[in-house]
Amino acid sequence: MSKRLLSLCSLALVFAVMVGSFAPTARAQDDLSGSLEIFSWWAGNEGPALEALLALYGEQHPGVEVINATVAGGSGVNARAVLKTRMEGGEPPDSFQVHAGQELIGTWVAAERMEDLTFLFEEQGWFDVFPEGLIDLLSTEEGIWSVPVNIHRSNVLWYNPAKVAEWGIEVPATWDDFLAVCPAIQDAGVTPLVVGEAWTVNHLWESVALGVLGAEGWNGIWTGETDVMGEEFLAVWDTFGKVLECSNFGEDNAGLPWEQAIDRVVDGSAAFNVMGDWAAGYLTTTLELVPGEGFGYAPAPGTDGVFLMLSDSFGLPVGAPNRDAAVAWLALLGSKEGQDAFNPLKGSIPARTDGDVTNPELYNSYLQSAAADWATDTIVGSLVHGAAANENFAGNFGTVVDLFTASGAPEAAAAEFMALCESSGACGG
Amino acid sequence: MYNRKDKTIAFLMISPSLILLAIFVYFFIGQTAWYSVSDWGVDPATALKKGVEKNYVGLDNYHTLMSSASDYEFRLAFISTFYFTIFFLGSCLILGFFLAFLLDQRIKGEGVFRTIFLFPMSLSFVVTGTIWNWLLKPRGGLNILPNKIFGADPLEYKWLNSDSTLFKFEWMQGGNLFYLGIALFAFALFTFVAQKRSLSWFWVVAAGLVLWLISAAGFWGKIWLPIDDPVRDIGTYQGYGYNAALSGIVIAATWQMAGYVMALFLAGIRGISEELREAARVDGCAEWQVYMHIILPQLRPIALSAIIILGHISLKIFDLVYAMTGIDNKYVKVPGILMIKGFRSNEWARSSAVAMVMLFAISLVIIPYLWSNLRTEKR
Amino acid sequence: MNNQMEARMVARYLWRVIAYSLLVIMALIFLIPVYMVVVTSLKEAAEAGREATAWDLPSKLNFESFETVWEDLAPNLRNSFLLVSAATVISALVGSMNGYVLAKWRVPGASIFFPLMLFGMFIPYQSILIPLFKFMDNVNLYGGLPGLVLVHVVYGIPITTLIFRNFYVDIPNELLEAGAIDGAGFFGIYTKLVFPLSLPGFVVVVIWQFTQIWNEFLFAVTLVKDRWQPITVPLAETAGGISVNWNQPMAGAILAAIPTLFVYIVMGRWFIRGLLAGSIKG
Repeated sequence: MSKRLLSLCSLALVFAVMVGSFAPTARAQDDLSGSLEIFSWWAGNEGPALEALLALYGEQHPGVEVINATVAGGSGVNARAVLKTRMEGGEPPDSFQVHAGQELIGTWVAAERMEDLTFLFEEQGWFDVFPEGLIDLLSTEEGIWSVPVNIHRSNVLWYNPAKVAEWGIEVPATWDDFLAVCPAIQDAGVTPLVVGEAWTVNHLWESVALGVLGAEGWNGIWTGETDVMGEEFLAVWDTFGKVLECSNFGEDNAGLPWEQAIDRVVDGSAAFNVMGDWAAGYLTTTLELVPGEGFGYAPAPGTDGVFLMLSDSFGLPVGAPNRDAAVAWLALLGSKEGQDAFNPLKGSIPARTDGDVTNPELYNSYLQSAAADWATDTIVGSLVHGAAANENFAGNFGTVVDLFTASGAPEAAAAEFMALCESSGACGG
Repeated sequence: MYNRKDKTIAFLMISPSLILLAIFVYFFIGQTAWYSVSDWGVDPATALKKGVEKNYVGLDNYHTLMSSASDYEFRLAFISTFYFTIFFLGSCLILGFFLAFLLDQRIKGEGVFRTIFLFPMSLSFVVTGTIWNWLLKPRGGLNILPNKIFGADPLEYKWLNSDSTLFKFEWMQGGNLFYLGIALFAFALFTFVAQKRSLSWFWVVAAGLVLWLISAAGFWGKIWLPIDDPVRDIGTYQGYGYNAALSGIVIAATWQMAGYVMALFLAGIRGISEELREAARVDGCAEWQVYMHIILPQLRPIALSAIIILGHISLKIFDLVYAMTGIDNKYVKVPGILMIKGFRSNEWARSSAVAMVMLFAISLVIIPYLWSNLRTEKR
Repeated sequence: MNNQMEARMVARYLWRVIAYSLLVIMALIFLIPVYMVVVTSLKEAAEAGREATAWDLPSKLNFESFETVWEDLAPNLRNSFLLVSAATVISALVGSMNGYVLAKWRVPGASIFFPLMLFGMFIPYQSILIPLFKFMDNVNLYGGLPGLVLVHVVYGIPITTLIFRNFYVDIPNELLEAGAIDGAGFFGIYTKLVFPLSLPGFVVVVIWQFTQIWNEFLFAVTLVKDRWQPITVPLAETAGGISVNWNQPMAGAILAAIPTLFVYIVMGRWFIRGLLAGSIKG
C-alpha cells in the first residue's frame, strides 16, 4: 500500500508540474506590462463582444497579460455577490463592469471605492462625445466615476414576423391591446408571452410599469412624486398580473434562461417576449437571423417614444493593482474604435454620439433603429438593471414580484414596494 | 519520560494550532456575532465604505429575520432546511441500511458493489450538483426515463421548480404542534444518546428542562415574533412548509451520501461477532429476528454518528444547492445561499445574522454529541 | 424432515436470487448519472442540449467538449493540484504533530481545548466568512493560492489531529517509554519511534484532505482571484450560467471528478477508513 501511495503522490506532483508549465508566459515588451484583470458577467453568448475588445487591447498593449474574469449569470446576478467579497477582501480587480446609474453611484461611489475619472474624460475629450444625460448618470458633484461602453434598451418586444402574419395578429401597441389579442393566441395553442427565470420576470414588470405609468410617472417613482400606493400604481400591478396570466409564468419559466425563452419566439411556440436588446445580439450573432425577417421588434406595449435605458460601464476601483493598464483599458473602452468593435457584437449601440451607427456593415438595422430612437426618444433609467435604483432596492425587488405572484394582490405588492422604498431610501425624499 | 522540559516542548508544538484555531474559529465567530448585532449595511450608501462605523443595534437583525414581512425568504429557508434535513437523513439511513443489509448476505463481488455505492461520496458537491441539474431537467433526464425504458408517459415533475408546498403550517401561528414535535424529537434523540452513553439521570432531567425552555421560547416567540404585516408576507399566501422543489436536492444529496451510511453500517455489522449471531440462530431465531434483536440495537451508536455527520452537512448545505439552482431560485432557498446572496445588496449585518442562526442550529446538534463522546471516552 | 430441509434450501436459494437482483438494480440506479454524464459529454453541442434525446447514445462520438473544457479549465486544474498538494502535505504534518502531542503527552488543559478544536470542523464556514476575508486582506493573503492553502490547513487541523490522535493512542506507551529510557526526548521519540509507524495514518489523512480540499467550493469562490480559482468554481459557473450546451459542463464534471475518483478507486480501502475516521470515533 505504501508504494502505491508514494507512486500516487509523485504522479500528482508530476502532473502538477506538467500543468504548471503550460502557464502563460510574458510576451514582447511594450509601453505597458504586467497584467490586467477585468471583471464582468459577459460569458456565454455575450462573450464574443468582450473578446473583441480584449483582442483590440492585446494589439495595442501586447505586453499586458489580460485576465478575463467572468462570473456567469444574466444581468450579473451572481457576479455582483462575488465582486463584493473581492472588494471587502481588499483585492479589487483592475476594472469591473457596473451598470451606470444608482448601482454605481448608490453603492460604489457612496462607499468611496472608485477613483474619479474626470482626468480621463478631459484627456480624451469625452465631454463632447458622450451625451450629457449619460454623463450625469455617471457623475456626482465630486467627479465622474465610470466609462460607459454601450447603451441597451430594456423595453423591447420581440416577435417572429412570419408567425405573427400567419396567426393574423397585430403587434400590440399598448398592454390593453396585448390583453385583447391574448385569448386568440392562446386558442391557437401558442404562448402569448414567454418569460424566463426570476430576473426576466422583474424585467417584464419594468416594461409593464413604464407602459402603464408613462415616462413621467416612472421617473416619479424615484423622485417620490409618484404615489406607489396610489391608484395608478395599483393599475400597474393589476395589468402585470393579467399579462402574466397570458404567459408561461408558473408553468415552465423557472430556471429558463432568457436565450431559451426567446428561442421559443423564434420557433413559434410563443408569440412575444419582452427582453432587453442584448437579445438582438443573440438573435443575429448566435442564431444568425436577419432583423426584420427572422425576428421582429417593437417598443414594449405602451412605451413607444420612451427609451428605458441601461448602460454597461467600467470603473477604476481605488487600489487597482495595475492602474496604468486599467486606465489604458478604460481609454480603449471610451474610444470610437473600441465602441465600434464592441457594440455590433454585443447588440447594443455605442454610448458615444459619434459612433459609426449608420454603417450597415457594423450595425444591423435593429441597432440603427435603436440608435435613431436613442437620439429622439425620452430617456428613462432601468430599475432592474441598476440605473434607477440602488443595489439594495434592486436586489430585493424580486421579493416584491414574488409576493405579488404569490398573493395576486396589488395592494400587498404596493405595500411591500413602499416598504422597500423606505428601507433602501431609493425612492427620493 | 515525560519530564518537564519535554512537556513544555509538547505544549509549544501544539500551541500554533491552538492559536490559529482560536483566531480562525472563535475570534471570527465572535466578529460575525458582532456584525450580526450591528447596523452594518442597513444604510446601503455606506455599506461598502472602508472602516465604516458600525453601531450596536441589539437583536434587531434577528428580530427582523424572524418577523418582518420582507424576510419571508429567510423563514422559508429556515423551514426548508429543517425538512430537508429530515428527508435527507431519512432516505440516507434507510437506503444505507438496506444496502448494508444486502451486502452482508455473503455476496460474491461485494467489493464491486461497495465501490459502486460509495463512489459518489468521493465527488465534489459541485460535480454532483452539475450532473443532477442536467438529470432533473423538466423535459428530459429522469422525467423521460420511464418513457425510455417502459414506454410509459413521460413525467412532468418540476424537480427544482415545483411551486407546490407540502406539510404547511403557519409561521408562529398555531404552530404549537410544530414546537411540540421539535421538542419531542429532540427529547427522543437525547434520551437515546443518554441511554447509549449511560449518562446519569441528572443529565436527562437537565436536558428535559432545556428542551422545555426551548419549546416555551417557541410559544413565547409566537407573541414576540408574529409577522409584522401578514398582508406583505408571501407565506401568508404560499404557506410555510416543505417545498416540493427541494426533492431534487434531496435525491442528489442522497445519491452522494447513502453509500457513506452504508459503509458505516457495514463496518458496524461486521464488528458484531459472528458467534453472537450464530448463537441467536441456534436458539431458533430467524434471520430477520437476528437483525431485529441482535444487529439493529448494536448499530444504534453508528446510526447516531451518521445522523450527526449527515445532519451537520445538511444544515450547512450550500455548494450542492448553488450548483443545482443558483442563488436566485424562487422555490429552493437555504440559509447558506441567502447568506451569500446578501452580499449582492450589501446587507452584511443581515448575512451575519443568517450565518449565526446556522451556527446555532448546528451547535444544538454538535455540542451534545461532542460532549457525550468525550465523556464516554474518558471512562 | 427431508422436505423441510429442501424447503429451507429453496427459500435460501430464492432469497439469494432476490438479494442479488436487488443489488444489481440498486447498482444500476446508482450508475444512472454516470451513464448520463458520459453520454452527454460525448455529444455535439446542439445534440447535447436536446432534452428529449438525453438518454440516447451520441449519434456521433465527439470529443470536442473535452477539448474546449480542457482548454478552459487546465489552469484551474493546475490551481487545484497546487492547492491540494501543498495544503494536504502541510495539514498532514501539522495533524501528525498535534496527534502525537495529544495522544502521548499529558498536556494541561487538553480535555478543554481538544473538544474546542473538534468543534471547529463542524461549524458552517458561512459563520466565519466575512471576518475571514477581511482578515486575509489585513495579512495580505487574499486573492492567491497561499491564502487558500492557509485556510484549508487551519480548518483541516481538527480532523487531521483527530485522526492522528486516534491512530497514535493505539501505539503502546511501553514502546515510547523504552525510547525515553534510551534518552530520546520529545522529538527523538517522534522521529525515531512514532513517525516511522505513522504511514497508515498519513495515508488516511492524505486521502481525506485531498478529497475534501479538491472538492471544496465556498472558500474557493470567495477567497481567490479569478486566475487562482480551483476547478470547482468554473465548473459551478458553466453549469449555473447561461450555457445550454450540456456537453461542456458534463465534460467539466468528469475532469473535476477524475482525481478524487482515482484516489478512491486505487485506495478504496483506505478511503473508507478515512470516511469512518470522519465520524470522531475513528
